[in-house]
Amino acid sequence: MLARMSRLFLIPPLRWAAPLALGALFSALPAAAAAKVDFNRDVRPLLSDNCFACHGPDTQKMKGGLRLDLREAALKPAKSGKVALVPGKPEESELVKRIFTADADDLMPPAESHKSLTPGQRALLKRWIAEGAEYQGHWAYTPPVKAKVADPQRAVDELVQRRLREKGLKPSPAADRRTLIRRLYFDLVGLPPKPEEVEVFERDKSPDAYEKLVERLLASEHFGERMAIGWLDVVRFADTIGYHSDNPRNIWPYRDYVIRAFNANKPFDRFTREQLAGDLLPHPTQEQKVASGFNRLLLTTEEGGAQPKDYEARYLTDRVRSVGTVWLGMTTGCAQCHDHKFDPFTQRDFYSLGAVFADVKEGIIGRREDGMMVPTPAQADGLRWHADRVESLQRRYDGPQPQLADTYAKWLSSWQEAEALWMPQQPAQADSTDGATLQIRPDRSVLATGAKPDQDTYRVTLAGVPAGTVALRLEALADESLPKKGPGRAGNGNFVLTEVVARVERAGAEPRKLPFKAARATHEQTTLADKNPYKAWTAASAIDGDAKGREPGWAVLPQVGQAQQLLLELAEPVTLATGESVVVELQQRHGNGSHTLGAFRLSTATDRAAVHSPFALPPAKDIADLLKVPSEQRTPEQRDKLFAHFKSIAPELAPLRAELAEAKKSRADFEATVPRTLVTERNDTPRTVRFLPRGNWMIETGDVMEPALPAFLAKEKPAERRLTRLDLANWLVAPENPLTARVVMNRLWKQFFGMGLSKVMDDFGAQGETPPNQPLLDWLACEFRDSGWDVKHMVRLMVLSDSYRQTSKASREELARDPDNRDLARQGRWRLDAELVRDNALSVAGLLELSIGGPSAKPYQPDGYWENLNFPQRAYDESWGTDQFRRGLYTWWQRSFVHPSMLAFDAPTREECAAERARSNIPQQALVLLNDPTYVEAARSFALRTVREAKGNAEARITWMWRQALGRKPQAAEVATLRQLLEKHLGEYRASPDAAAAYLKVGATEVPAGVDAAELAAWTNVARAILNLHETITRG
Amino acid sequence: MSVGASLNVGQAASLPVGFGNWGRLAACPTLNRRTFLGRTAQGVGLAALASLLNPASLVAAPKWTGVVQPRHHAPKVKRVIWLTMAGGPSHLDLWDHKPSLAKLQGEPMPDSFTKGQQLAQLQGERLVCFGPQTNFRRYGKCGAYFTELFPHVGGVADDLCLIRSMTTDAINHDPAHTFMNTGSQLLGRPAMGSWVTYGLGSEAEDLPGFVVLVSHGQGRSPQPIAARQWSSGFLPGRFQGVQLRGKGDPVLYLPNPPGVSRGQQGDVVEAVRALNGQHDAMVDDPEIATRIAQYELAFQMQASVPDLMDLGREPASTRTRYGCVPGDGSFASNCLLARRLAERGVRFIQLYHRDWDHHSQLREELPLKAKETDQACAALLTDLKERGLFDDTLVVWAGEFGRTPMSQSNKGTVGRDHHNRGFTIWLSGGAVKRGFSYGATDELGYAAVENVVTVHDLHATMLHLLGIDHLRFSQKFQGLDARLTGVEGAQVVKGILA
Repeated sequence: MLARMSRLFLIPPLRWAAPLALGALFSALPAAAAAKVDFNRDVRPLLSDNCFACHGPDTQKMKGGLRLDLREAALKPAKSGKVALVPGKPEESELVKRIFTADADDLMPPAESHKSLTPGQRALLKRWIAEGAEYQGHWAYTPPVKAKVADPQRAVDELVQRRLREKGLKPSPAADRRTLIRRLYFDLVGLPPKPEEVEVFERDKSPDAYEKLVERLLASEHFGERMAIGWLDVVRFADTIGYHSDNPRNIWPYRDYVIRAFNANKPFDRFTREQLAGDLLPHPTQEQKVASGFNRLLLTTEEGGAQPKDYEARYLTDRVRSVGTVWLGMTTGCAQCHDHKFDPFTQRDFYSLGAVFADVKEGIIGRREDGMMVPTPAQADGLRWHADRVESLQRRYDGPQPQLADTYAKWLSSWQEAEALWMPQQPAQADSTDGATLQIRPDRSVLATGAKPDQDTYRVTLAGVPAGTVALRLEALADESLPKKGPGRAGNGNFVLTEVVARVERAGAEPRKLPFKAARATHEQTTLADKNPYKAWTAASAIDGDAKGREPGWAVLPQVGQAQQLLLELAEPVTLATGESVVVELQQRHGNGSHTLGAFRLSTATDRAAVHSPFALPPAKDIADLLKVPSEQRTPEQRDKLFAHFKSIAPELAPLRAELAEAKKSRADFEATVPRTLVTERNDTPRTVRFLPRGNWMIETGDVMEPALPAFLAKEKPAERRLTRLDLANWLVAPENPLTARVVMNRLWKQFFGMGLSKVMDDFGAQGETPPNQPLLDWLACEFRDSGWDVKHMVRLMVLSDSYRQTSKASREELARDPDNRDLARQGRWRLDAELVRDNALSVAGLLELSIGGPSAKPYQPDGYWENLNFPQRAYDESWGTDQFRRGLYTWWQRSFVHPSMLAFDAPTREECAAERARSNIPQQALVLLNDPTYVEAARSFALRTVREAKGNAEARITWMWRQALGRKPQAAEVATLRQLLEKHLGEYRASPDAAAAYLKVGATEVPAGVDAAELAAWTNVARAILNLHETITRG
Repeated sequence: MSVGASLNVGQAASLPVGFGNWGRLAACPTLNRRTFLGRTAQGVGLAALASLLNPASLVAAPKWTGVVQPRHHAPKVKRVIWLTMAGGPSHLDLWDHKPSLAKLQGEPMPDSFTKGQQLAQLQGERLVCFGPQTNFRRYGKCGAYFTELFPHVGGVADDLCLIRSMTTDAINHDPAHTFMNTGSQLLGRPAMGSWVTYGLGSEAEDLPGFVVLVSHGQGRSPQPIAARQWSSGFLPGRFQGVQLRGKGDPVLYLPNPPGVSRGQQGDVVEAVRALNGQHDAMVDDPEIATRIAQYELAFQMQASVPDLMDLGREPASTRTRYGCVPGDGSFASNCLLARRLAERGVRFIQLYHRDWDHHSQLREELPLKAKETDQACAALLTDLKERGLFDDTLVVWAGEFGRTPMSQSNKGTVGRDHHNRGFTIWLSGGAVKRGFSYGATDELGYAAVENVVTVHDLHATMLHLLGIDHLRFSQKFQGLDARLTGVEGAQVVKGILA
């Protein structure tokens, strides 16, 4: 970010022509009278920043008919008839007149733009016109040229030193061995070297000691983890959806794909294709499909009331921006509403690039799907075993089943007999406790009308229940007056019957409860049951006495709009005495929008077969209709359907059905243990993408946009057919693409030198920065492409260079001369990235868990940090065991509340693609390192190692710790400072053992018995001081 | 060159903002010497440059005073207290009385109002007029007419400046908050509090310049609020809002580890300081001095923040006036904290009171929310006045949008849906008209029709009162001069200025 901000401070050369006393300091800057003005370096930034907003690529907003970004246009008369640029003749050029005029009305840039040119800048423009007003193509849109170098293996040094020589500078000497090994460890694997490794390397006198170390680290499986951090930022990888409820989604296998890809040195062109279009490759592998999760990394929403069209537009723009940032170094966001102001990227380019992604299959609003299973090889075996088992049982079940012939025939003729066992009861009374009007109808059913309370209880009095009644039936009935025809009053036609209570009542007597012993229903809802303890809306939960709370009950989604039955068996037969009646209480306390019954009827039976007969539950309407068709008129399909239904209820098949159900459940249980990840699947019919005027998604009259590549960059359309994501990927890594290789090499360079060769990481356009050492960036880009997009090769070229090995120490003069180290006359020095701050502390502490990949981990987090999340409210379940100590890059990435200790060290929220991170230095960092239990526990663990592993007196132990944490011997003053701290705190903790005991309880790891608590507490503060040092968190 | 001008971003890179005059941290200027020199070529005086090159001349640390130097015009207010009523309070039941709507109660909403427009949860539903659900009355000498649910606020009606013609671009919570806070629905933009502290710095000695307080309330399930609402976006991290929490640790990681006394923590910090100093002598890295300063500051905050949060230090009469119980994390407590923060010079104080999202149960729930906020809002204004802070404070009471004149019944008992085309907010303080009402919606309270105010206008007005011309206050981002007020041409709402 700082680099991004510092774009402001590009120092236009002429500004420094003023005879400042500081001149010598900035001697590297071109003097005013030097060579010819360079358009790309000197002029384009001025024109872009001051003029292009009105006289640039956005032709809609062009003023005065003047366009200055194209030479041809700028040499023509504008609307006024005057000519802006007359090459060689500044005095005739309107541009010169207008920037020098004293007339405020004519002055350019105009006052209202709040832009102004300095005298030096005006003079420069004038000189440029005098010299012929030559234009150059924008550097980044012109293919890179590979500079000739004597030795390609030493190209980095040759090109760095070429520039240093031009400026009369010399490179710095190499850093010492200890600094080099720490630098390489942090840069290549993100971990500190062990002290022993430092010593071995310091002693290794072989000429290729450094090269061997580099090869060892490149071969480490932690290399991929280190490389992944930057990639995960730029593609905005996170564990949650981002918007509103910010719920989790399955995506971590994508992260592991990235790690593996870097470890396997997957060529970057393949890496690109697999992510954008893994699903479109021929016979895609599981790995390629996982990679295609890239297209699903964007922010999504589950907010109720969010409009699909709105979010469709957001997703499109998000994806276009991501391609712009990840591969093209292009800021495309503004083209959502208008042509780019500074670069030739039009609004049509924007939507046609977005249309490339119109085939990504996804729900627009709502919960993401679970995604594709990503089994390990062992899990894949398990899946096959379960599949075989289910399949073989299914085959048995699907067979002809001749043994069923008799019962089938019986069922066909007598399926309605159970119905005859039921007697509909005329309610003597029916009341709602919450204000609904219950109307008793001639067919003995009850219809609810009027007020629609959110919850309700119906009390229905049955006076004529026959003696010996053993069963009660509730028919939930469809009715035209109800939403979706009912049976419920909720908007979706559903209801939730939370509890049924039956009592025998008589005036003046204590009611007598009639317990139920069994319940069955025609259909039990299984959807939306995540939070239901029964995991389904079952009949049984309506007679459970609310044992698992009031919420669960019987519901019937999605089979609304038709009658459903609930059959209840009484524990004991009931026979009413005179004056008694049965009162059935239908409790419907679910809420959430009137999930109450709209129409129903109660019946009784005196034969338990009414509940238990295999055919007691009437078939659904479609089957019942078939049964009513005379047998000779049934088609073969109808017969098959009937028989299939019969098999689902035939008593003879009950054991097989149970076995099959068990096999399916067991398979489902097993599948639930297999990780899943969102992948890209292709919709055969892509969404229609329209040009949105002013980016307004409510305007649905814009042109339909076909997928296309940005017109100014891609000269030819690759094919007649509709352009695919694969075409886009191929174009991004095509040899002639001038941007991708440069953008990627610029980011890689930053990882090893602290700043990009072009310092604006996400904008290679006119508002970005022409790299001061463009030959170097271009050489790297060409070599990257020519090497077959070999990432490790490029890493080698960089870290094996002498330029990389330079010391990062710099004199104050050098710092003042080149504060951002643009000349590379030294190495950079910077604070470790958030993840590495953590990894380093845990590694020194001996706590770091080094396993690769897997679900994201949840380190300790302050209580209540997630309290503002909702839908649902969430508890933070911190990881336990070794998962608590995983590397920082595996931290659970909650976009709206990124882990606070990561955030303090500038980890991005990954809501947007982030091509670089800020490196701030703020008090929150001190609070984290001092007080976050992770770091307190790390300090104690480090202290425990010290008292157990380090030999000798306090000085010797402090020296040991220093080596562990910093890889070097401490100076006497350093030891003395810590010794003083130790002694003071040892005395204090001896005096207050409670404090020591409390201190040692921080964190999940336990202090072993027999350790002197006061001593450990005092050493913990020594360790804490060391882990808080600037040097500890700095890569130098 | 736009203002965001070069001068101070370099400073921003390394200096704490809003942490006052750390005079004794003599090293401060060197901290950013590197960045400073590299990036601040123009604008910084030669003398200052020279002093930076000569450590001997470093005496006092400059305080972060913001990029708007000097102010574009004389400021009218020093600070902002923004009371965010999250969820979208119903203007029709609280502020904007519509007898015509009452007359149409239960009738279909006239098509002319809603045709072709996007609704949130009522999209595609039958639209029925829903009159005011609370009683209204007149308050104060100005005769302001609003709900009886706000008797205490009614008591300070003559200090309010109601804007009844507010509009916004978004109709869902998340984007609407983002828009209200950052002026853009795109993520990654700085919150207004970040902009203001970036522009002006802060006068607070040992507190952040931009503080956020999220209240705990009674009732249902409030809409989520993301930390991005107080993110500094593309501005440096030190401008981000710092949440002071009413429950748990007031600032994350603020307390010492258990078993570590303040004295011992001080010893550790001192050892870190000494060791960092010794290291600096070896490598001469300007970042080290910054690091030392941050540790001192963090250590100070460990004392100053609990002191700030301790409402027990307020007289009982004050607590009674606000209606708060120390430590309850309520909106009332946070209003009192807001006054304490204002006293300490914090530049931008933003409170969130959640759960105004009355899709259903509006008649039952709205009075609860009103009661949770009424007394404290009034107490805050009165208290500011008594302490002489009222005149140079801007208080804003606003939701992220309003609610529909149509009823919503598809979520249980009746309520109203989200609505962005017209709603009411209020401002208060010495710089805006008092006992005043500005703008109006149509006769059914659907769309703002008179003196329409956009979110950009509101931001422009706020900046104006702080002494900033919003057009000249920008920061380069992705090649553009990004502004809080966007590119669409925001207007300062002159009609409400005192």
